[in-house]
Amino acid sequence: MSTPASEEEVGHLADTARAVRREIVRMAFRAGGHPTGASLAATDLLTALVFRELRLDPTRPNWPDRDRLVLSYGAASSALYAALAHRGYLPVAELESFGRSGARLPIEVDRLDLPGIEATPGAPGVGLGLAVGLALDQQLRGTEARTVVLVGDEELGDGSSWDALGIAGAQKIPGFTVVVSASHHHAGGGLPSSAERLAERCRSLGFIPRSCDGHDLRAIVATFDELRSVRDRPAAVIARTVDGRGVSFLEARHGRSDRLHARDEAGRAMAELGGALE
Amino acid sequence: MSVSTSWVKASLLEAYGEELAALGATRPELLAVEEDPDGSSFLGPFRARWPDRCLRLGGGTAARIDVAAGLALGGRTVFLHGPALALVARSYGDLRQAVGINRADVKLVATEAGLLTPRSGAPYQLLEDLGLVRGLPGMTVVVPADAPTARSAARAIAEFHGPAYLRLSSEPLPTVTDGSFRLGEARELRPGTDLTLIAIGALVARALEVAEELHRVGVEARVLDLASFKPFDEKAILRAARETGALLTLEEHSVLTGLGSLVAATTSENYPVPVRRLGVPDLFGESGEPWALLDRFGLAKERALDEAWELLKGRGKFH
Repeated sequence: MSTPASEEEVGHLADTARAVRREIVRMAFRAGGHPTGASLAATDLLTALVFRELRLDPTRPNWPDRDRLVLSYGAASSALYAALAHRGYLPVAELESFGRSGARLPIEVDRLDLPGIEATPGAPGVGLGLAVGLALDQQLRGTEARTVVLVGDEELGDGSSWDALGIAGAQKIPGFTVVVSASHHHAGGGLPSSAERLAERCRSLGFIPRSCDGHDLRAIVATFDELRSVRDRPAAVIARTVDGRGVSFLEARHGRSDRLHARDEAGRAMAELGGALE
Repeated sequence: MSVSTSWVKASLLEAYGEELAALGATRPELLAVEEDPDGSSFLGPFRARWPDRCLRLGGGTAARIDVAAGLALGGRTVFLHGPALALVARSYGDLRQAVGINRADVKLVATEAGLLTPRSGAPYQLLEDLGLVRGLPGMTVVVPADAPTARSAARAIAEFHGPAYLRLSSEPLPTVTDGSFRLGEARELRPGTDLTLIAIGALVARALEVAEELHRVGVEARVLDLASFKPFDEKAILRAARETGALLTLEEHSVLTGLGSLVAATTSENYPVPVRRLGVPDLFGESGEPWALLDRFGLAKERALDEAWELLKGRGKFH
């Protein structure tokens, strides 16, 4: 997959991302008004990873040489479930059970529940450290397979995130890629944007940093394509995202009150995404 | 003269380190993560034999725990080393999330728990570690009393998939067992029917000394080593309750959340008998000469004897 993505392929990815967003809205509404902002922000990144970038095989979810995708950004779980469902890891109809007691789709992803979930992150930063460990294992084995972890930018201020990134940088783990959904990058007030500071900090730890628009699938794919040839150190993709992306009135809330309780509101969100609630 | 003079003290850390190096030969997936920044001298044999599988990661303990769990999710068995303070107290959240909830095959090998810590005081002398780790679902907990048990415990926890906590005394301890050890089984180190002493770690030797003193005046105390702390041998505890009628627990750990509370809860639910608990009272430790600290914090042999006599008097068996 080293050839640039064709217009057709980018178009397919965009269609898929829209389908994933529709699932996110349905899941949130059925779960009684679950937050949607983070999942809608991370949708394009996860779609590019699950449907193009990563070597995955839903018919063999435990294939030893698969790439590993770790979701450390717990709030984006519904986006990952929807992407995995459309990729064939679980029936799309099962997305209905999101958040229900006893379901394979708990609010926070659990690796023991569902194929395709590589790690159970829990608290902020933990998934990042788990991903570094998975990547380090691959490095020690000398496999071509790699690990990509999706984190939220706010999460990076918590727990041992930077320590874990420091370990990955010091170990020069090839192919390890941290993808940051940077939806809180707007605040600046004359200071460098937080996205720039994140990139600089990653560079100082031994990462090759790249920034891109986290909703421009062509740019996302091009960034991943470029980084695939980097084999001497880990990479960081700081992707500028917008909470609630794809639903105009959720975007306008800038991440505040991103819950879809009301049926008419959820219906309007679905209409914007080219679908219907039921 | 105390029987302990005939015991030879040996380092649990060194015995463990040698065993880990041997385990490396049969278990290619086994990795050791060293304590940072100094490394651990007892890992010398493993490091010499398996340099590529002995990792020094840097970073803080919380990140090391997360990364170790990630290595385990990749298919490794990871022996993670460090002071109990770092592995359990400073990083409990990461231990719970990354190792516990993920059921990661990480074996935490903790040094410097308890009072017998040569270089530290209250901050390092973790006295509540067993209560914390025992509360984690799926966690196996082992507290060896001597070097041979440290060896066999290392083998035992390598044999199953899942998290474990091995509490290794930093002080050499008298060799009081033959090293035979099985998870879930208490070891009876001395038979007796008048009273049972149940002990873990450094206090197993002390329990044997107390039993010997009692023997001199015609009291036969059973001694159980509960090195397998989780899972623990409920049957052996209840058998002791039925057959000896009174139990005294001895531990180098907070009396609030360790062996004593485990034994008291087990008997009161199933076969209530008098239980007295000898452990560190509700206090932080302090720096000082290790063995003198045991006495100062209420774990002296004389104190244990007093407790034993209280139990025996209560039973009306001895006056």
